[in-house]
Amino acid sequence: MNTKKNIKKIIIKKPLTLDCGKTINNYPLAYETYGKLNEKKDNAILAFHALSGDQFVSGINPITNKSGWWSHLVGPNKSIDTNKFFVICANVIGGCMGSYGPSNVEPTTGKRLDTNFPVITINDMVNAQYNLLEFFKIEKLFCVTGGSMGGMQVLQFVANYPNKSKTAIPIACSASHSAQNIALNELGRQAIMADQNWNKGNYFNTNSSPTKGLAVARMAAHITYLSKKGLEEKFGRKLQERDNLKFSFDADFQIESYLRHQGSVFVDRFDANSYLYITRAMDYFDLIKEYNGNLSNAFKESKTKFFIISFTSDWLYPTSENKEILIALNASGADVGFIEINSDKGHDSFLLDIPDFLKSIKNFVEANY
Amino acid sequence: MKKEFKIIAQLIENNTRVLDVGCGDGILMKYLKDNKNIDTRGLEISKNNVQVCIGKGLTVIEGNAEKDLQQFPNSSFDYVILSQTLQAFYNPEKVINDLLKVANKAIVTIPNFGYWKVRSHLLFKGTMPITKDLPDEWYNTPNLHMCTIKDFFNFCSKKNIKLYKSIALHEQKTSNINKMNLNLKNLSSEVGIFLIENEN
Repeated sequence: MNTKKNIKKIIIKKPLTLDCGKTINNYPLAYETYGKLNEKKDNAILAFHALSGDQFVSGINPITNKSGWWSHLVGPNKSIDTNKFFVICANVIGGCMGSYGPSNVEPTTGKRLDTNFPVITINDMVNAQYNLLEFFKIEKLFCVTGGSMGGMQVLQFVANYPNKSKTAIPIACSASHSAQNIALNELGRQAIMADQNWNKGNYFNTNSSPTKGLAVARMAAHITYLSKKGLEEKFGRKLQERDNLKFSFDADFQIESYLRHQGSVFVDRFDANSYLYITRAMDYFDLIKEYNGNLSNAFKESKTKFFIISFTSDWLYPTSENKEILIALNASGADVGFIEINSDKGHDSFLLDIPDFLKSIKNFVEANY
Repeated sequence: MKKEFKIIAQLIENNTRVLDVGCGDGILMKYLKDNKNIDTRGLEISKNNVQVCIGKGLTVIEGNAEKDLQQFPNSSFDYVILSQTLQAFYNPEKVINDLLKVANKAIVTIPNFGYWKVRSHLLFKGTMPITKDLPDEWYNTPNLHMCTIKDFFNFCSKKNIKLYKSIALHEQKTSNINKMNLNLKNLSSEVGIFLIENEN
């Protein structure tokens, strides 16, 4: 892995009281920006990343040397055109790309925080990132957007700061993490914790991290990002570099090989403890409960113009859950548009080059800027 | 903009909140927004049309009026528009009821099945009528519940729906429909335009 030394960071002095009750201050928030903030400071878009994402939205991620997670959507002459817009993205707290997270070393002890890191929430992530507005002296963002966990942050941001963004595009998300999604996250966490190398979270000094557990967690999660039809079309029952079954537990099928690969590359860039903390934050997300069972109240004060996007084959954050947000926004009288994009690629669709999806975002941001 | 939309626009007061059900590519919504300072929302079943509307800066929700009207709170709009789609619903009566829940007033337009060309087509040719406003064959038409101007007129009185205004449209010309001329207008008009309100 490349050095993380050159990652841009701000140290946030202002104390932040977390939902768990603990207060943090002087903590790092790593971020990246694309494009230029104009003189009027009205062209800023705050993008929120998903579970396994980071601040490197576009171009080449300097740590992994791979394309940024939203490079189809964000960049010069892309749907979110960075010749025009100033895109900011921060690594969430709890993450492992430079922001305050379990891999942080506590200066007083010289040790990694690991499981001494507090349990954080989506609300905490959003409140930490709000400091970026002050840092860039932005009075009001043009847009907040993100998919999956990023979409949850969009909803929380508008609920917390009703008039700090002109528009909001929550994508493939939910206002309340479903039992199915909690179950799937728990599967991932248990895989990590079942790995002996996890060592109750204190694996840094043992020189062996729970890579097997984290890889299994990633493999299981990866299946949930796809769809049955997508898997069928891409892999079917095709065999991996062989003509016949081997009568063994090797990766006979292409899908097995693919998942193993996804698992193994993930462990190189992601910290197992971060995975535990971030999935926990997703599970705790329940904006409906936060507003006493009435989601409309979350958006009552807001004048933000919303555009909700879901995908037909997404079974992790299905259209029905996205529509709950739509209904709540309509009930609060908000300005809200909605489209369901046709795609066989499952939840992953929001990260992919899907022309109708890219077009819908371009249409929306261009028409409203 | 087509004549029908111009008439609809004239029926709507400035500075109001309007829901356009089946807003298509948003021509009417855009007109209302730009010229009458109206806060518009659209509900549209076609993804392509939703994309076009979003590109015009219009707020449109992809959805089906038979399922998705209920998401809007009662009386959340001053007017709701339903242009030439009533006949395509499984349950037009329920849609009308839902329209009058979400808005105080509804503007409903219908292709008139009582128009003389439609009648003569069936009478003389003996096949299902195909006209400018009803271009599809019987086997692929989206229209499930065709009605006439007279049918709609009677429906309103039977269901205690107040008919504020009834306008007949024929070749760009408009005229008011009343009880006296109902049979004539039902024969001579291609489209009926109705401004309705719930009695209670």
